[in-house]
Amino acid sequence: MANNAAIKINKLKKWFPVRRGFLATAFSREQLFLRAVDEISFDIKIGEVFGLAGESGSGKTTTGRLLLKLIEPTSGEIYFKDQDITRLSENELKPLRRRMQIVFQDPYESLNPRMTIRDIVAEGLGIQKIVRSEEEIEEKVADILKDVELVPPEEFLLRYPHELSGGQRQRVAAARAFVLHPEFIVADEPVSMLDVSIRAEILNLMLNFVEKFKVSFLYITHDLALARHMCDRVAIMYLGKIMEMGVTERVVYEPLHPYTQALIAAVPVPDPTSKRTRLPVTGEIPSPVNPPPGCRFHTRCPVAEDICRQKEPAFIDVGKQHFVACHKVAG
Amino acid sequence: MPMLDVQDLTTYYSTQRGFVKAVEGVSLQVDKGEALGLAGESGCGKTTVALSIMRILPTGGKIMGGKILFNDKDIVTLNEKQMSKVRWKDMSIVFQGAMNALNPLFRLGDQISEAILTHEAKVSKYKAMKRTKKLLELVGLEPKRAKDYPHELSGGMRQRGLIAMALACNPQLLIADEPGTALDVIVQAQVLSLMEELKKKLNLAMMLITHDLSIIADTCERVAIMYAGKIVEHGHVADIFKEPLHPYTQGLIGAFPSIKGARKRISSIPGLPPDLLNPPSGCRFHPRCAYTKDVCKTDDPALIEESEGNHFVACHLVSGKLA
Repeated sequence: MANNAAIKINKLKKWFPVRRGFLATAFSREQLFLRAVDEISFDIKIGEVFGLAGESGSGKTTTGRLLLKLIEPTSGEIYFKDQDITRLSENELKPLRRRMQIVFQDPYESLNPRMTIRDIVAEGLGIQKIVRSEEEIEEKVADILKDVELVPPEEFLLRYPHELSGGQRQRVAAARAFVLHPEFIVADEPVSMLDVSIRAEILNLMLNFVEKFKVSFLYITHDLALARHMCDRVAIMYLGKIMEMGVTERVVYEPLHPYTQALIAAVPVPDPTSKRTRLPVTGEIPSPVNPPPGCRFHTRCPVAEDICRQKEPAFIDVGKQHFVACHKVAG
Repeated sequence: MPMLDVQDLTTYYSTQRGFVKAVEGVSLQVDKGEALGLAGESGCGKTTVALSIMRILPTGGKIMGGKILFNDKDIVTLNEKQMSKVRWKDMSIVFQGAMNALNPLFRLGDQISEAILTHEAKVSKYKAMKRTKKLLELVGLEPKRAKDYPHELSGGMRQRGLIAMALACNPQLLIADEPGTALDVIVQAQVLSLMEELKKKLNLAMMLITHDLSIIADTCERVAIMYAGKIVEHGHVADIFKEPLHPYTQGLIGAFPSIKGARKRISSIPGLPPDLLNPPSGCRFHPRCAYTKDVCKTDDPALIEESEGNHFVACHLVSGKLA
C-alpha cells in the first residue's frame, strides 16, 4: 500500500435497511435496502484536497461520515495512515478522533446554541486531554480564533452562536475542527449555506490550513465549479457509485463518462459569451432503494446500449490516474 | 415604452425597532420578450422588489414612494380589488423554494386550476382542468401528473408545476424568484432552459431574481445588481460581465468560480452586508469598499449613465468626481 495515503477505503459499502409498514412486511419477506454507498474505493494522499461531487442523493455525505466512522459501514475496509479502523470500537477510536475532524454544512445547526464560542472551540481540547491548564486552553482558543480571523478573539470568546453571522459561525466550526491539529478533515458542503461574497474567504482559510499543516482534505460538494478551484483530484458519484475519478483538470476538461459530461454541461458559466450547450440528459436521479440494474446511469444516459442495462461496468484505469466506469469508454 | 417601468420604488418594513429600509429608490424596466436579471446577496432587497411589484408584501411592508408602471398604468395606486385583476392575469410569480410553495394537501392539477378559477370567473371547472393539462404539457410534464400530490413529484417536477401555475392565466410578465436554487445542477439547467423556451414561445417579459450571477449570464439580456436596497449597476449582461464598473459588481463577479478558463483562487468581498435598519451614510457599500474616499461616506452617488449602451452605475469613482 502506498505510504503517502492518509486515508484509503476499499470496496466500502453502506446499505441502510428500509423500514416499511406492517402490511408490506407481512406480505413480503424481502428486506429492502437503500444503497447509499455501494462498493467504492479511493485514497486521499497526505496534504491532498480530494473532491467528492454529485447530485443530492448520490451518497457523498454518507461517504464522508463513513470515513470518520460516524456511522458503521456494512462491509469494506477503511484505513487511516495504514491502520485498519473499520472494526475499531468507540474506545479504540477515541485517540484517533483528534486526528480526524469534520466541518458540517449548516453552521446554524452544527453549533450548540447554549454554549459560548470559547466552550465550543475548547470542548475537543478537554475531551482529548491535550491541554494541561486553563491558561493553555485560553491561549489555544485565542490563537485559533485569530487564525480563522475572528479578531479580536476577546470579543468573540463569550458570545453565543446566535450573535454571529453565518460566515462567522462557519469560522467557529472551522476553528473547532482545526484547533486539534487534525491530519484529516472532512468538509461537507461547508459554504453552500453562505452568501457568495463570503464563500471564498472561508474556503481560502481552510486551504491555508491544508497547506500549513499538510492536512488531507475531503471536500464534499455539489458545485463542480467550486470543486475545480479547490481540489487536486475529484471523484464523481452517482447513486452510491463512483463514476469517474481523476486529476480535477482532466476530469473537467476531458470528462469521459456521459454523466460527468452532463454534469459539467449543466453548470452555468458566469460569462455571457459562453452559451450553455444543450443538455443531452433528461429526468432526475432514481431512487437508491432499487437502483437500476447494470450501469446505474443507463436510465438517463444518451448513449446507453443493451450491455449497459445488463452488466455493471468495471471501474477501469485509463491512465494518468484517471478512472472511469463506463462500457462505452471501455470499448 | 417598456412593459414594466419601476420608477424610484421605495419599500420599507416597519418593525418595533424602526423602519427596515429594504428597497430605496429602485428604478428598472423590463420589455416584452426580454429577461432582466436582478442579482444580489441575501437581504439586499431583491425579493422585496418582486413582492412590491406583485403588491403582495407581508404585513408591515409598505411601498413608501415611487411608481410601478405596468403598460403605462401605475399599479401602486390601485386598490386590492383592482389589483386582483392585474395579479396573475397580467403578471405572475414563481416563488422561491419549489419544495414548499405547493400545498401538500391538494393535487397539483387542482392547485393550478384554482388559480384559473379564482381569476377568471366565467370558466367552468371542467374547462379549467382541461387548460391545466395543456399547461402541464407546456412545461414538460405528463398531463396525468395533475392527479398527483406534491409529495409524489420530484423537485424538478414541482418547479415545473409552479411555472405552469404562474402561466395559468396567460400573463405578460413573469417574475421568477430563485427558480433554480435548491435543485440539482442538471435539473436546474433543465428548468432554466424551459424558462428560456417559454419566454420565446409566449413572448414573455421576464424578471429573474437570483444570487447566482452565472445563471443570469446564461439566461438574461440585461442585469441589475442590487446592494443594500439600491441598484448599484445596471446594463447589458455582456457589458457588465466584460467591464464591471462598480467595485461591488467587480467583487461579486470575482467571487464566482467558473468551470471554464484558468484555475485561480477565488476572491471575496471583506465584511458583511449592512443592517438596513440603519444603513451606512453616503454610498451604502463604502464600509466594504477598497477604494473608499471621503465623499463616499457623505454623499449618496446617483445612478448615472456611463459610456454608450445603457450602462448605468452608482459610484463616485466612476462618475469622474474622483479620478
